[in-house]
Amino acid sequence: MSIEQLGITVLWSFLYGYLIIGSIDFGAGFYAYYGRLIGKESIIGPVISRYLSPVWEVTNVFLVFFFVGIVGFFPETAYYYGTALLIPGSIALVLLSIRGSFYAFANYGVKKNTFYLLAYGATGLFIPASLSTVFTISEGGFLDVRGHEVVLLMEELFYSAYSWAVVLLAMSSVLFISSTFLAFYAARAKDGNALELMRRFALWGGIPTIISSLFVFIALRNHNLEHFQRALDVWWMFGLSLLSFAIAVGLIWKQRSYGAAFVMVMLQFAFAFYGYGQSHLPYLLYPYLTVYGGVTNPAMGRALVLVFIAGFALLVPSIILLLRLFLFNARYVKGELA
Amino acid sequence: MGTVGWSRGLTEMTLAFHILFATVGVGVPVFISIAEWLGIRKKDAHYMLMARRWARGFVITVAVGVVTGTCIGLQLSLLWPEFMRLAGNVIGLPLFMETFAFFFEAIFLGIYLYTWNRFANPYVHWLLTLPVILGSTGSALFITTVNGFMNTPQGFTYENGALTHIDPLAAMLNPATPSKVAHVLFSAYLTCAFLLAMIAAFSMLRGRKDEYYRKSVRLNMIAGLVLALVTIIGGDASAKFLAKAQPEKLAAAEWHFETGSRAALVVGGRLNQETSEISGALEIPWALSILATNDPDGTVIGLNDIPKDEWPPLYVHYLFDAMVGIGFYLLAVSACFVALLAVKRRNAYNRWLLTAMVAGGPLAFLAIELGWFYAEVGRQPWIIRGYLRVSDAATANAHVSVTFWMFAVLYAVLGIVSLFVLARLFHNKPAELELEAQRIIL
Repeated sequence: MSIEQLGITVLWSFLYGYLIIGSIDFGAGFYAYYGRLIGKESIIGPVISRYLSPVWEVTNVFLVFFFVGIVGFFPETAYYYGTALLIPGSIALVLLSIRGSFYAFANYGVKKNTFYLLAYGATGLFIPASLSTVFTISEGGFLDVRGHEVVLLMEELFYSAYSWAVVLLAMSSVLFISSTFLAFYAARAKDGNALELMRRFALWGGIPTIISSLFVFIALRNHNLEHFQRALDVWWMFGLSLLSFAIAVGLIWKQRSYGAAFVMVMLQFAFAFYGYGQSHLPYLLYPYLTVYGGVTNPAMGRALVLVFIAGFALLVPSIILLLRLFLFNARYVKGELA
Repeated sequence: MGTVGWSRGLTEMTLAFHILFATVGVGVPVFISIAEWLGIRKKDAHYMLMARRWARGFVITVAVGVVTGTCIGLQLSLLWPEFMRLAGNVIGLPLFMETFAFFFEAIFLGIYLYTWNRFANPYVHWLLTLPVILGSTGSALFITTVNGFMNTPQGFTYENGALTHIDPLAAMLNPATPSKVAHVLFSAYLTCAFLLAMIAAFSMLRGRKDEYYRKSVRLNMIAGLVLALVTIIGGDASAKFLAKAQPEKLAAAEWHFETGSRAALVVGGRLNQETSEISGALEIPWALSILATNDPDGTVIGLNDIPKDEWPPLYVHYLFDAMVGIGFYLLAVSACFVALLAVKRRNAYNRWLLTAMVAGGPLAFLAIELGWFYAEVGRQPWIIRGYLRVSDAATANAHVSVTFWMFAVLYAVLGIVSLFVLARLFHNKPAELELEAQRIIL
C-alpha cells in the first residue's frame, strides 16, 4: 500500500471511529436534555451518565487525531481547508468547547443545573451539522481559489440542496446511532423502562436517516456527477449498508439481541462511510487537491506510519481495558459499582 | 489591526488561556499520585482524601484544558495555513505523538476516576496514576519539541520555498528541545505545588485547624523547594542555550546592545527607545557574562550585531525580569518554610508564611504566562526562526476579527464558570466534613 492510501485509510478509520462514538455522545446529550424536558429524566438519565462518564474525554481525541493526522499526512489540506473554514471551523470549535467543559461542570461540579444540561444537549445537534459542512465543501463548488486566496462561498453553501441533505443526514444519523447504542446499553443494564424509551427513539430515528441518505444520493448526482458515478461503481457497499440497516431495525423491532443490532448499525455506517470515502478518492478537495498532490514527504510518511503502529500497540490494550471495566462489566453497567 | 494582528491576538489569547489549564493538567496528576501513594503506604486517611479532593477539582480543569487544547490544535491550521502547509511536513510527527499521549491519558484518567473502590489491592488503583502522568507529561514534552523546532529549526533543507530532505527525528531533537522541555515540565510541577499549597494555606488562614491542611502544606512546600531549585537551574541552562543559539532573544531580554565580554546584567529600569539608553536599572557587573557563558570574561552577543528588522520587541525585558523574580520568590517562600520546619521550636505554619504561600499560587501562574510570552515574543518576527516570518504565515481570510471576539467571549465564560464551579465544589465541603463522613463519593 502506498503512503497516500495508507494515510487516508488511517485517517478515514479515525473519522469513522469519531462518527460512531461521537454520535453516541452527541445523541446522548440530546436525549438527556430531552428526557428532562418530557419529565423522564429519572428513566434515561442514569443509563446515559453511567456510560458517558468514563469515556467523554476519549471521544474528543478521535476528532483531534483526525485533524492532526490529516495535517501530518497531507499538509496541503491545511492551506485549503484551513483558509476556507475559518468561520465554520471556529463555530464548531466554540460549540465543542462549550459542550466538553459543560459536561464536566454538570457532572462533577454542580448537579441538577438545567442550563448546563441545555448547553450540553443543544450542541449535540449543532456540532454534527457544522462538522458535516466539511464533507459538503470537499465535493467542490463551494470554494473559490483566486491566486493566493481561498474563499468559501457561504451563499452557495446556504442555498445548496446538497449541503442541506448532508446536514439532515448528519443530524438524523446521530440520533439513530445513539439511540440504538443506548437501547443496547439499557438492555445490558436490565433497565426495562429505559430500554423501551430508547427502543422507540431508535425505531423512529431510522426513518429520517434512511430518507436523508437517499436525498444525499440524489443531491450528489446533481452536484458532482463524477463522484456520483464513482459511487455507482461501489454500489454493492451501499447495498450492504441498506441490508445491515434492515437487519438492525428488524432486530430492534422484534426486541431481540440489541448487541447484534448495534453491530449491524455500525456495519451500516461502515459500509456507507467507506463506500463514500472510496468513491471520493483520489480527491481530498475536488478539484484542487488529490491524495497524491497533497501528501507529505516519504520520510515523514514513514515516521507517521511507524508511530501509528507503536501508538496502536499501546492504545488498543488500553481501550480494551476501558471497555472491560465499564462497557462490558455487567455490575458497573447495572450501577452496582460506584 | 490587519489579519496578521488579529491572528496573533487570537493565538496569544488561546494559548494564554490554555496554558493555565495545561499547567494544572501536567502538574497536578503527579501530586495526586504522590498523595495516594503516601496514603496507602502510611495507611493515612488524610493523604487518601487529599488525592480524592485534588482529583475532583482536577477533572474540571482537565475538561477546560482539553477543549482549549482542541481549539489551539485546529487554530494552527485555521489561522496559520501557510505555516502548517510548510511545517506540517516536518512537525507532523510530534503533533501526532502528542495526540497519542493525550489519548493515553484520557483513557486512564477515565478509568482512574471511576475505580476508587474497585480493586482489592489499593496499589492497583494507584498504578493507574502512572499512565495518566506518562500521558500528560508526554504530551507536554512532544508539543514543546514543536515549539523548540520553531525556535531552532533543523532536520530539513530549504530549497525554493519548500522543505526537502526531511528528517523528522532531527526536527524533534532540535537544540532548543532539551532546555525547553526541562524548564516547561519543572515549572509546571512547581506551579502546581504552589497551587495546592495555596488552597491548603488559604483554608488554614480562614481558621481551619485539621491536620489535613498541615500535611498538604508540608507535602507541597517540600516538593516546592526541590522543584524551585530545579526550575531555576533549568532556567539558567535555557539562558546559556539562548546565548549560543538565539543571542537576539537573550540580548533583547537584557537590553544588551554592544557585543562584549564582562557584560552586566540589567535588572528593572527603563529604556529610551531612541537612544538605547537605560535609566534607573540595577546593573550587576559581569553577571550577564557569567549567566550566559559561566565566565566573567565570556563574550555575549549584543543586539547591534543583529539586523534591526530581526529584533524582537524590547519590552520582553520586563517579562523576563518578572518571571525570574517570581521564581526566586517561590524559592524563598518554600526555603523559609522548610527551614522553620527543621527548627522544631519555630512555627512553620505562621500567618506570614501562609499568606506568602497564598500569594505564591497566582504568582506562579503569572510567571508561567510571562515566561511563555517572553519565549514567544522573543522570537518575533519569525514563526520559524530564519525561514518564515509571522507576517507571511497568517491566513488570507479577512474574518479573523470576528473569530477573535467569538473566542474572547468563550474564554471569558469558560474561565468564570470553571472558577465558580471549582469554588462551589469545595466551599460547602471542607475536608473535615468529608473525613467525618468517611464515605466519600467522587
